[in-house]
Amino acid sequence: MVARPVLNGPDITRALRRIAHEVLESRRGEGQLVFLGIPTRGVALAARLQAIVEEIEPGTSSHGALDITLYRDDLARTPTRTPAPTRIPAAGIDDAIVVLVDDVLYSGRTIRAALDALADHGRPRAVRLAVLIDRGHRELPIRADFVGKNLPSSASERVSVHLDEFDGLDEVVIEA
Amino acid sequence: MLSTRDLDREAAVRILDVAEEMSRTADRSVRKLPTLRGKTVVNLFFEDSTRTRLSFESAAKRLSADVITFSAKGSSVSKGESLKDTAQTLAAMGADAIVVRHGVSGAAHLLAHAGWIDATILNAGDGTHEHPTQALLDAYTMRARRFGEDARGRDLAGFTIVIVGDIVHSRVARSNVWLLTTLGARVHLVAPRTLLPSGMGTWPVTVHESLDAALALEPDAVMMLRIQSERMRDAYFPSEREYAREWGLTAERAARLAPDTMVMHPGPMNRGLEISSVAADSSASTVLEQVTNGVFVRMAVLYLLVASEAQEES
Repeated sequence: MVARPVLNGPDITRALRRIAHEVLESRRGEGQLVFLGIPTRGVALAARLQAIVEEIEPGTSSHGALDITLYRDDLARTPTRTPAPTRIPAAGIDDAIVVLVDDVLYSGRTIRAALDALADHGRPRAVRLAVLIDRGHRELPIRADFVGKNLPSSASERVSVHLDEFDGLDEVVIEA
Repeated sequence: MLSTRDLDREAAVRILDVAEEMSRTADRSVRKLPTLRGKTVVNLFFEDSTRTRLSFESAAKRLSADVITFSAKGSSVSKGESLKDTAQTLAAMGADAIVVRHGVSGAAHLLAHAGWIDATILNAGDGTHEHPTQALLDAYTMRARRFGEDARGRDLAGFTIVIVGDIVHSRVARSNVWLLTTLGARVHLVAPRTLLPSGMGTWPVTVHESLDAALALEPDAVMMLRIQSERMRDAYFPSEREYAREWGLTAERAARLAPDTMVMHPGPMNRGLEISSVAADSSASTVLEQVTNGVFVRMAVLYLLVASEAQEES
């Protein structure tokens, strides 16, 4: 098992800053932005993105967490998981621009579940997807609007995102 | 899910944490979850029950399961069909889970272990034995009242809980004794000697005969049990008036409670007997919260037990 670093701490920060600018650009000066992270690491990424956006254009955004455990399509096939907290900002998501944030985009099934979960919380004006790593191998017609890094990988490889909030440092590694 | 005795602290806290996430679906625009789509939950009730049956039904429906409710009255049970035949009939209809309430202690255990059916069995009250989801919802209610937003991951360590009344007939009391103790609380029981079961020597509780002495402990919660007249063939106490005076939560006793002491009752209440209307309707009373929370706790239990076919626990 060899772990090869793909992104280091400064790379991740730069990628998030770029994504934050792209999100603001696509907003075209209208609509509240709600960054919703998908547990576990998406939540921390959503908070960081929102903090950057808030620096650039204060008062335009909020952040939260959207757990998708109860919407998964493999509930019957995997051992039961405990849902993580869902935290929707008090203003809700109706008519907001929701940016779903996850660490790695892979099969697309998590995002499918997130879209279903989101629909039960309200009706956003638009939903966008931001991911730190897009590693390919999609099983559903889903793509990301904002990508930190495209990382072509083989299905047998394992991509791990480590974040300071959980792991004590920022890095992305790929293991064979 | 047959007995709270089988739950360790970690499993119990996990159920409460899942229930908390379930509770957050209550203030969304769509309250339903797709989690148990395509699963069938059968409510098999051999004994009368309103709130438990409706609570389980509501919980299963919120999780998108199909629900079949079966009451013994007006069914083939009144024609003498056995528990085994009834269970096998339901299994043949494709039940994934059976929620069973039965007048005989151990009925749920028998269904789960006799090898008649594969479905998951949830005990919704068996005779005077156990009623695990009631104890879970009681624990959830105490945790939520005390810790609010900060409840996740916590147990009830350091809580003092007084359970009062008809202990001998109460499956709620039994389930609560095991669960609350597992969660770190100290349980005190108060009842006239006639309403205490024999063989309590091994229970992890302190027994009092005087309610006033127990209330002087300044408990975090006082749980009043219903006097189960339907199970009483003999006289267990001289008169209702005397019971209310000695062991009831009268208005006068309720007024003496500390302001943050919770007043709990599993329902249905005998107002004026074990609990006065003043106590039942006060801000300290959690009676309606218990009903609301019951749905969340049952959603959690159904999710944890029924969702996965690749089961890692029982």
